[in-house]
Amino acid sequence: MSQEAEGQKVDTSKRKFLIAATSAVGGVAAVGVAVPLVMSMLPSARAKAAGAPVEVDISKIEPGMMLTVEWRGKPVWVVNRTKEMLAQLGKHDDKLADAMSEMPQQPDYCKNATRSIKPEYLVAVGICTHLGCSPSEKLKLGGDSGMGGDWPGGFFCPCHGSTFDLAARVYKGVPAPTNLVIPPHQYLSDVRLLIGVDAKGA
Amino acid sequence: MSALQKVMGWVDDRFPLTATYKAHLSEYYAPKNFNFWYFFGSLALLVLVIQIVTGIFLTMNYKPDAELAFTSVEYIMRDVDWGWLIRYMHSTGASMFFVVVYLHMFRGLMYGSYRKPRELIWIFGVLIYLALMAEAFLGYLLPWGQMSYWGAQVIVNLFAAVPFIGVDLSIWIRGDYVISDATLNRFSAFHVIALPLVLIALVAVHLVALHEVGSNNPDGVEIKKHKDANGIPLDGIPFHPYYTVKDIVGVIVFLMVFSAIVFFAPEMGGYFLEATNFVPADSLKTPAHIAPLWYFTPFYAILRAVPPMFGSQFPGVVAMGLSIVVLFFLPWLDRSKVKSIRYRGPIYKIMLALFLVSFIGLGYLGLLPSTPVATIFAQVFSVIYFLFFLLMPWYTSIDKTKPEPERVTG
Repeated sequence: MSQEAEGQKVDTSKRKFLIAATSAVGGVAAVGVAVPLVMSMLPSARAKAAGAPVEVDISKIEPGMMLTVEWRGKPVWVVNRTKEMLAQLGKHDDKLADAMSEMPQQPDYCKNATRSIKPEYLVAVGICTHLGCSPSEKLKLGGDSGMGGDWPGGFFCPCHGSTFDLAARVYKGVPAPTNLVIPPHQYLSDVRLLIGVDAKGA
Repeated sequence: MSALQKVMGWVDDRFPLTATYKAHLSEYYAPKNFNFWYFFGSLALLVLVIQIVTGIFLTMNYKPDAELAFTSVEYIMRDVDWGWLIRYMHSTGASMFFVVVYLHMFRGLMYGSYRKPRELIWIFGVLIYLALMAEAFLGYLLPWGQMSYWGAQVIVNLFAAVPFIGVDLSIWIRGDYVISDATLNRFSAFHVIALPLVLIALVAVHLVALHEVGSNNPDGVEIKKHKDANGIPLDGIPFHPYYTVKDIVGVIVFLMVFSAIVFFAPEMGGYFLEATNFVPADSLKTPAHIAPLWYFTPFYAILRAVPPMFGSQFPGVVAMGLSIVVLFFLPWLDRSKVKSIRYRGPIYKIMLALFLVSFIGLGYLGLLPSTPVATIFAQVFSVIYFLFFLLMPWYTSIDKTKPEPERVTG
């Protein structure tokens, strides 16, 4: 019945080639079908549009207070730092993991001592760089914060105990590995802040 | 020939019904010395059925939509007739699934059930455990409470710690820049259809592999070594009726416990349903304390025990992953001459006890907020957890074992 039975030799190399070719072409087809399925799981056009920049009026933030706005579904803090708060910033560099903001957690125009464009206004994404919880504000200095007498103001993540200072810089020896992210932002006027895009030419 | 026999004959000519029944039930010979620990395999199967059946009825009223999900769960609880019972059965079933699976796995550790020739049964079992963890995690987002939301946030961010591709990977998993409606929708799809299919397929191959090589037993000796003239193991008894009847006793006791929880303590003091999850998800406010459900806490404690290195959380994620991956290698790590703890030497017994204490200790620490003292304990327990596996080739080969009996001891 088969060719072998008739004494003819089976061309095994041809058979192997056909199996390999069929498998390869089938594999390409499988990958081709998988691509659209996998890509469909990326953020949709609507989700991307919702990630559009947010404009904030910062005139109503009293000194020493903060405002939380939503950008891309994440909390973004705008803190109006007092002179007293700013004076604290340089005093504890030795306790910080990245006091000079060497890690790329901010746009270049915020790689400075206050991690901001205007020294008094801190704009930071309120998502802990450890595992994404939102730290609580502990803005008050010293004992009033409940963080101990020498607390220079900052943020405390309730999930795993990470601490950050008033420039959103992370302390050494806490779970969070890096400073909080400073989002791209720009000032449209003295009181209009746009979160989500860099200033042109910046 | 009776009418029934005729029908059976007609079917058997077309489908191996009688042959399958014999192979897996009436002529599947299991060792006659099964004890209490052998209830948990069949109980796991029972819980799987409970979860699938109650899950189907929950999907009839649940809405996987960020705007509607939380209220649809409350609707099931308050307005759907018997909805509260179906949901509490499902939420209790999730925790009880892990209770029976952990006991089932510990049985394997005690009696060496993962040893040759049962390596694949163990590997399929570990895959079932992984699929079960994924299923539980995905399902926990669906009620869209605060703990659902922030628990998912923390776990998905574990993927963001992967070097280079992490951030894009986590965005791909979420389908958005944060946990959102898109995430809820896809988690629901995976939870309701994809992973249950995977689970059922894995359970099937787990059982096929088991029935191919035969069950282990508390003595860890092979009953197939001694057969009678008909080729039936001398120490084997047919699964049906002997073990079906025995397992029914286990089922009744289990259902008593299960019902007591469903009716009297469905939240189990916050361990089965966390209090924070009765607050709708709020993307701008993290709860004061995030703890995963109890069955994940040992691994969560290992994650937290590893400090960040090189400005990255990745080492902790790797440690957590390895703590489960190492299970796959167990069959080849154990070099003991005997399988069962009954004939093992003192070193293995001490190591197994230390492992058990560490696993429970990690589970307890994973529930607590992180403190320096707790972190040191978690680090010690994590090291013991890994040493149990990594030193196993050494301590099992030098351990002074007792001789195994030829036949099972009853």
